[in-house]
Amino acid sequence: MFPAAFDYRAPATLGDALAILDQQGDDAKVMAGGQSLIPLLRLRFAQPALVLDIGRLPSMSGVSRHDGQLRIGALTRHVDLERSDDLTGGFAILPEAAHWVADPLVRNQGTAGGSICHADPAGDWGAVMLALGADFVVRSASGERVIHAADFFQGPFTTALKANEILTEIRIPIPSGPAGSAYNKLERKVGDFATVAVAVQVELNGGKVSRAGIGLTSVGPSNVKATAAEKALAGLEPTDAVIADAARLAAAAAEPKDDVRGSAEFKKDIVRVFVQRGLKTALARAKGVGA
Amino acid sequence: MKVNGAERSGDVEPRVLLVDFLRSNLRLTGTHIGCDTTSCGACTVLLDGNPVKSCTMLAVQVDGRSITTVEGLAQGATLSPIQVGFHEEHGLQCGFCTPGMMLVGTALLERNPNPDEDDIRWAISGNICRCTGYMNIVKAIQHAAKAQAKSPAAVAAGGE
Repeated sequence: MFPAAFDYRAPATLGDALAILDQQGDDAKVMAGGQSLIPLLRLRFAQPALVLDIGRLPSMSGVSRHDGQLRIGALTRHVDLERSDDLTGGFAILPEAAHWVADPLVRNQGTAGGSICHADPAGDWGAVMLALGADFVVRSASGERVIHAADFFQGPFTTALKANEILTEIRIPIPSGPAGSAYNKLERKVGDFATVAVAVQVELNGGKVSRAGIGLTSVGPSNVKATAAEKALAGLEPTDAVIADAARLAAAAAEPKDDVRGSAEFKKDIVRVFVQRGLKTALARAKGVGA
Repeated sequence: MKVNGAERSGDVEPRVLLVDFLRSNLRLTGTHIGCDTTSCGACTVLLDGNPVKSCTMLAVQVDGRSITTVEGLAQGATLSPIQVGFHEEHGLQCGFCTPGMMLVGTALLERNPNPDEDDIRWAISGNICRCTGYMNIVKAIQHAAKAQAKSPAAVAAGGE
């Protein structure tokens, strides 16, 4: 199949892109790497009047540290995060999760921001950003606003982005204390959607958990933030019993469906196991044990 | 755009996929269409040296950029080290996935001249071989890595 006809613009600046989007609104679809959009165009699930290609806008990719935040340009490609060896401890999850996104060919072309805005409930970055407590910087012709990851994902392929807005940057708080993180994913084969995946980040203060973030993939209408499980860890020493309790609460927050990848009951149990496993890896990383 | 080192151009509708531009407009039919669902990697080309799926790119996205297809691997009658590896190690049966496998192998050796078996298997994990000839595909890439280690000049001929 080939896509239905559309107009195509590839403006040279973000300002131009925002102006075009302001006029076109709902009739336009923003494209970064195109690895989710082009398959939809080809199947004619999406038939926009205009494809606005922002894939080559300058200064919107790369990772930097600024003002106590890790800042990731929205056009940063999965492969660039996968090869970011300097992201360790509380951010080790970024290269780890990138390694599991789609397949190597898609990772060379697809972007973190594009994947986040696509908001597939089986997408990896949404869960990671929920676990890391990320903020999303979005721009429109009339200005800039910041949306918390927890408010961004509203349902299947549905986000808080307005039709005239473009995600430009991801900002993640840099933990003040020792921190660790981990991503565990079960998939049938490379490139398949996740059966289940779990993102966790923990921050420690004097042997106790000062902050925990847990995000779930493929077990609900959007990426799920396991708030009750996060709260069950906060302020406590992360003993086996505390971890097991959090894992049970996370499994309870999951709302998977029976499908070819497994029963709902199976998927909930994988959530429980992956939360336990992820927390143990993250704690080891926070203590500087293992990469 | 540059294709296999030569400047090529054409007027196309925005909806034309890169794979169709290469096959229909430029008559470079070594790039195959397999699944049409971004799953199989038969349409792999190198975009500025990195493997991508040409069924999942618009031709217009490549405006001004550089593409290498399987036709760009050999230098005249001289096969690239990867091509020699596939020949020597019987790295293909039906040959449908082969262009993609060879391009992925070429890009891998460019970045990592001494890959272990795991590196190779991970690099080709986006490319499906329905003959399930993966053993010999891995051996073919290992063969090319060894050949390049002996004769670094051949690396330059292997691709962009």
